Amino acid sequence: MRRIRFWGTRGSLPVALTAADVRQKIVAVLRGASGRTFASNADAERYIDGLAFAAAGTYGGASACVEIETGGPEYVICDLGSGARAFGQAALARHGPASPQTYHIFMSHVHWDHIMGLPFFTPAWIAGNRIHIYGSHPWLESALRRQQDEPSFPVDFSFLHADIKFVHLEPDQPHAAAGMTVTTMLQRHAGDSYGYRFEANGKSVVYTTDSEHKLDDPLETESYVAFFRSADLVIFDAMYSLADAISIRADWGHSSNVVGVELCQMAGARHLCLFHHEPANSDQAIDAVLADTRRLEEITRTGEPLAITAAYDGMEIEL
Amino acid sequence: MIRGGTIPSPIAADSRIVEFSSRQFADVIVAVPVGRVDHHSAGELEAALSPLVAEASRSRGVLVLDFAGIEYISSVGLRVLMIAAKQLRASDAKIAVANLQPIVGEIFAISRFDRVLGVFPTVRGAIERFSASALEAFDAARAPTGQ
Repeated sequence: MRRIRFWGTRGSLPVALTAADVRQKIVAVLRGASGRTFASNADAERYIDGLAFAAAGTYGGASACVEIETGGPEYVICDLGSGARAFGQAALARHGPASPQTYHIFMSHVHWDHIMGLPFFTPAWIAGNRIHIYGSHPWLESALRRQQDEPSFPVDFSFLHADIKFVHLEPDQPHAAAGMTVTTMLQRHAGDSYGYRFEANGKSVVYTTDSEHKLDDPLETESYVAFFRSADLVIFDAMYSLADAISIRADWGHSSNVVGVELCQMAGARHLCLFHHEPANSDQAIDAVLADTRRLEEITRTGEPLAITAAYDGMEIEL
Repeated sequence: MIRGGTIPSPIAADSRIVEFSSRQFADVIVAVPVGRVDHHSAGELEAALSPLVAEASRSRGVLVLDFAGIEYISSVGLRVLMIAAKQLRASDAKIAVANLQPIVGEIFAISRFDRVLGVFPTVRGAIERFSASALEAFDAARAPTGQ
């Protein structure tokens, strides 16, 4: 595994910046630049690079889709949220439609926000492409077919001309797939979800989204710690604050930045990436969550530092 | 193996609530836990708070937690506070937390617990917020006794 690339990072529902949001950013950036002159684009970019991420950028609004660049010729992604559309377009732009490719797709679960990208994943419509869809739910295939049934979608699943195969992954068992060792773990979420641990070439990545931690069972905590153990990267559902996750949003199936830090610290993981952002959160709000999370890690650190980032659409993490 | 070798296991018995005491001032109970509330010791805090939560619920009073002696609290410990708050509010009783050490104060803010629990700089301030009779008893208990 070489790098992770995020195509969709938002939870529950895709969102987009509004005209008012963009205007607000422009106003703030212009006011910050008051009195400055920029002789070149590079000068302007240096100024932008000095701003808070939310000031000049955006976390994006596509729902879950994460690419694992393995170093091999075949593509690997986690989940088919709306970010799968941009991923598919990028793959086609790279190879052209006449060059068949193989795609390995690992599904955390089949809630709408994690499957809605499939009908817009162009490689699935092109004969010759090979698509392997992995998951631990027995209803994985039927759920993906059903979302394209009338009257929900105008074109039936059977019109997807790629060679699509479904592969069941027995939880807690290591499987060889796409040149990696892949293990899934049952997570607490309505209808169940599964976390993934990918291992290859001495690197390990955990993809754990749509997972609620009830905190009342030490053995359950231990099982997550073991699953995260020494991971180079943990992509973690940090949708809510801890207070919300265990009060007004208890049993909604999501977790918090606080629990992410604790589990990664206990597991000795190296990098926690906050993921599945609450759709109501603005860029500034996510910036604040990231700053808070880094501070929490700092004041509770007992071992090696834990790197912390917040995923945004287009972000890449080198492994 | 845990990288670095210094991170305690979540189940390791290397931390605990080392002291727990409480006092009643009219309709306010002030509980004073001391120690570290983590994945291992949260159960001890829950057990110690349980009779006080029951008493405050029965009397529709107030439970004030004096956290001056709490050096750290994890998500599991915060969950114990949330459960206590739910039980008390269901009985029309109240809960407040006071005297947070700076680190614990930051944990409350980052977890947003400062938005769902009443957090006060001092125990006296918490009591003053809820009960005049309890404040009188609290001040009387702290007043110099002469000589």
